[in-house]
Amino acid sequence: MAEAIEAVQASQPTTWGGRFLDSDVWASFKRSKLTIAAAFLTAMFMAAAVLAGLLSPQDPFDPAQLELMNSRLPPIWDAEGQMPFMLGTDEQGRDIFSAILYGLRISLAVGFLGVAFSATLGIALGLIAGYVGGSVDAVIMRIADVQLTFPAILIALLVDGVVKSVLGGQLDGATTLSVLVFSIGLSFWVQYARTVRGSVMVEKNKDYIAAARLIGLPAPVIMFRHVLPNVLGPVLVIATINLALAIITEATLSFLGTGMPETMPSLGTLIRIGNNYLFSGEWWIVAFPGIALALLVLAINLVGDWLRDALNPKLR
Amino acid sequence: MFAFIIRRALQAIGVLLAVGIISFAMFRFAGDPVNQIVSLDTPAAEREQVRRSLGLDDPVPVQFARYLVQAAQGNFGISYQFRQPVSDLLAERMPATLELAICATLFATGFGVLMGVYSGLKRDSALAKLFQTISLIGISLPTFLIGILLIYLFSVTLGWLPSFGRGDTVRLGWWTTGLLTVSGLKALIMPSVTLGLFQMTLIMRLVRAEMLEVLRTDYIKFARARGLTTRAVHFRHALKNTLVPVITVVGLQFGSVIAFAIITETVFQWPGMGLLFVQAVQNVDIPIMAAYLMLVALIFVVINLAVDILYTIVDPRLRTSIRQPA
Amino acid sequence: MTEPVLSVRDLRVEFVTRRGILKAIDGISFDIAKGEVLGVVGESGAGKSVTGSAVIGLIDPPGRIAGGEIRLSGRRIDNLPPDEMRKVRGKRIGMIFQDPLTSLNPLFRISEQLIETIRTHTGLSASGARKRAIELLTEVGIPAPERRIDSYPHEFSGGMRQRVVIALALCAEPELIIADEPTTALDVSVQAQIIALLKRLGHEHGTAIMLVTHDMGVIAETADRVAVMYAGRIAEIGPVRDVVQNPLHPYAKGLMGAIPSLESDAARLVQIPGSMPRLSAIPPGCAFNPRCPYVFDRCRVERPEPVQHSEHRVACHLYDQSNVRSEAVA
Repeated sequence: MAEAIEAVQASQPTTWGGRFLDSDVWASFKRSKLTIAAAFLTAMFMAAAVLAGLLSPQDPFDPAQLELMNSRLPPIWDAEGQMPFMLGTDEQGRDIFSAILYGLRISLAVGFLGVAFSATLGIALGLIAGYVGGSVDAVIMRIADVQLTFPAILIALLVDGVVKSVLGGQLDGATTLSVLVFSIGLSFWVQYARTVRGSVMVEKNKDYIAAARLIGLPAPVIMFRHVLPNVLGPVLVIATINLALAIITEATLSFLGTGMPETMPSLGTLIRIGNNYLFSGEWWIVAFPGIALALLVLAINLVGDWLRDALNPKLR
Repeated sequence: MFAFIIRRALQAIGVLLAVGIISFAMFRFAGDPVNQIVSLDTPAAEREQVRRSLGLDDPVPVQFARYLVQAAQGNFGISYQFRQPVSDLLAERMPATLELAICATLFATGFGVLMGVYSGLKRDSALAKLFQTISLIGISLPTFLIGILLIYLFSVTLGWLPSFGRGDTVRLGWWTTGLLTVSGLKALIMPSVTLGLFQMTLIMRLVRAEMLEVLRTDYIKFARARGLTTRAVHFRHALKNTLVPVITVVGLQFGSVIAFAIITETVFQWPGMGLLFVQAVQNVDIPIMAAYLMLVALIFVVINLAVDILYTIVDPRLRTSIRQPA
Repeated sequence: MTEPVLSVRDLRVEFVTRRGILKAIDGISFDIAKGEVLGVVGESGAGKSVTGSAVIGLIDPPGRIAGGEIRLSGRRIDNLPPDEMRKVRGKRIGMIFQDPLTSLNPLFRISEQLIETIRTHTGLSASGARKRAIELLTEVGIPAPERRIDSYPHEFSGGMRQRVVIALALCAEPELIIADEPTTALDVSVQAQIIALLKRLGHEHGTAIMLVTHDMGVIAETADRVAVMYAGRIAEIGPVRDVVQNPLHPYAKGLMGAIPSLESDAARLVQIPGSMPRLSAIPPGCAFNPRCPYVFDRCRVERPEPVQHSEHRVACHLYDQSNVRSEAVA
């Protein structure tokens, strides 16, 4: 009887658009104002990051634009606040609102690039391990297992520290960003690799792969052109969860002082700087970047949850 | 059963070896062991002597073996920053981190299980929805933000709890504890909550999901069909089946908690191993980084092994299936 | 005539889904007498299991009993409040399910599961309950029960596990046992033993048994009467020998014809074309009409009510006296 009920519930119209609009997911999306709000918020954040230059009244990292007499101003709803510094300024006269926009840009950039790096590395290693098999597979999976025993933050910190020590000296903003992307990328590849490897091993035995081999297509072509498209669904799910984690990891690294420097701060750096003024009463320097980061991650997580349900084959 | 344990132990050793290689590589090649001993203006000839005495000209595998042997004896070299043996520094800081980690885990497990069971049994209640929201916040907010928020609320605004340090501690042999003083206990509250919140969220979600799964099983249906009271069905049967996998997750998570302590200790200036590690990364103090890595690996591996053994004790199906395949 | 143990009248069970209300059971009526075995047979999705769940009161949302009456030994049980119903479950109605491995909680010993059930329904002490548990195990044919009672479920074989399940259902000496596909998950050799056990227990204790299965062979072996269900309705109900040898309802004819038999000379098994309709697409009139070889106009419009025809009750217009007989082909 349970199957009969399920069979009825699962019977769907046949077009993709029809199926999507008819699905439980779209129904829940429409009903869930929360998810719509989250999606909207995420889009807004990304737009703000891209348009940071246009939207901010000041470039907070151009020393020429800073004036000390504007320093330590509270937000405008406080009596001592001043326009154009809507959310107040820090001890050097930097506009917090502008700093948040530019910081958002860095946070999102590291997040996306980090995920891109993880995904690329993970997919590549997963494809190779799954397709080639044998000792190559064993080695890659052993490394993955060892790495999985440790939390990503620890690995990111370690790689960050080691690379910086190898590169020596003080690094500029752009290099630090690259190091961060590298560290974060290196911490998260395992999930992708495992998932892809699993899918590859399933696909490998299917007839269309044997056919491709018979025609004489070289292995890399087979892997990329034929196996990869079948495997992208679960990868997308992992990537969405990963994005929020990557942003949090970067923010944490910056907060700990091992991430983006003060000359090119991400939201995490701003929070670290602002934390020093918490006790002296200038709460806005830490609060607004903090709220921005929290909202960003929350929004991404909500959209990610919805996306994960949307791509879940069990709901199709 | 023994074959199983031996197999896991061998795997554990494999992991430790792999970590050892990385640790050694860091120590030897990313850092400069000579610099630990000499100062900047030591003449070259003396440096050469130091090099040879440290055995830095020996073949790499020999150096690796030596490193491992020394590590096993607890000798991890000298810290660049503090010019003290790394092992002393770590030993001094370990109680602080362990105490914090244990308190955080207790907090997370206690509340996580309670909230998870409630959400599983009363899915649609208002309280369950509230818990869902809290869980979403718990996994979205970075740990350090939670810490800052708590500090702002309870230290800056209300002035109830201290915002840094461990308070007064009592020394019991090698261990120092903050549990025996009022200020120590007060100092433990916010860091434990901060460190434990993420884990609490995970546990709550896991318990809820497990509970819902278990409530759908045939044996629960049969228990109801036999007329057992709702209390017996929920709290004698369903709860036990739910908690068995959860316990192992909690155990495995403990290692993570110790690693995440890095962040919490930084926010609260808690004098533990995590803070030491962060400072080491900031100042590129390689010996500490390498040693911390090995130590954390050891803790992880021991915990994983212990949890595996615990699981076989708790789930009767595993006891026989290990001896004979079902 | 003595009161039947179970009396179901016009039972209706619905499931409320996004796509509308699905009628899982649409007005069924039957009785089971003391010591009698009623087989309930039909394809997957016909509503057999739901019937069992409805009787014992384990229909969970989004399902609900939408109408009709269920009486146990004369008194209504379908409208009891939850804790009253809980007391009926296990004590007066026992139920066993298909898969004995998943029916037993793997983390508890057999003794614990038996003793808790016994003590829930009787006032026995722990040691008294344990004694009774061992008696029950002996009765269902578990060898050396004093030794095996402290084992875990996975330490028993499939057939033994199902015996334990039966023992658990018998703990409080219920008046009715609902057996939902009790032999489907077992080896063929073990099936016969379990069936024999059920029959013996029914006769010895006078327990009424509702045996739900899709396996006609089991029904023919075990049941006294059989109800053939189709799309949530009872097509035909009657003594097992009669229904098997002389089925009246066209669907029942098809079912019996589809049973392979060593005696018959048929070159091919009869197959009923088409398949049972989905719950959301039950045709108007008689649910079987799209597949029925004897269909006529009335079938497509009017739902047949059960009528008595010798020993059977059958829901088919062919047997309705008010019909114009000339159109029917018997």
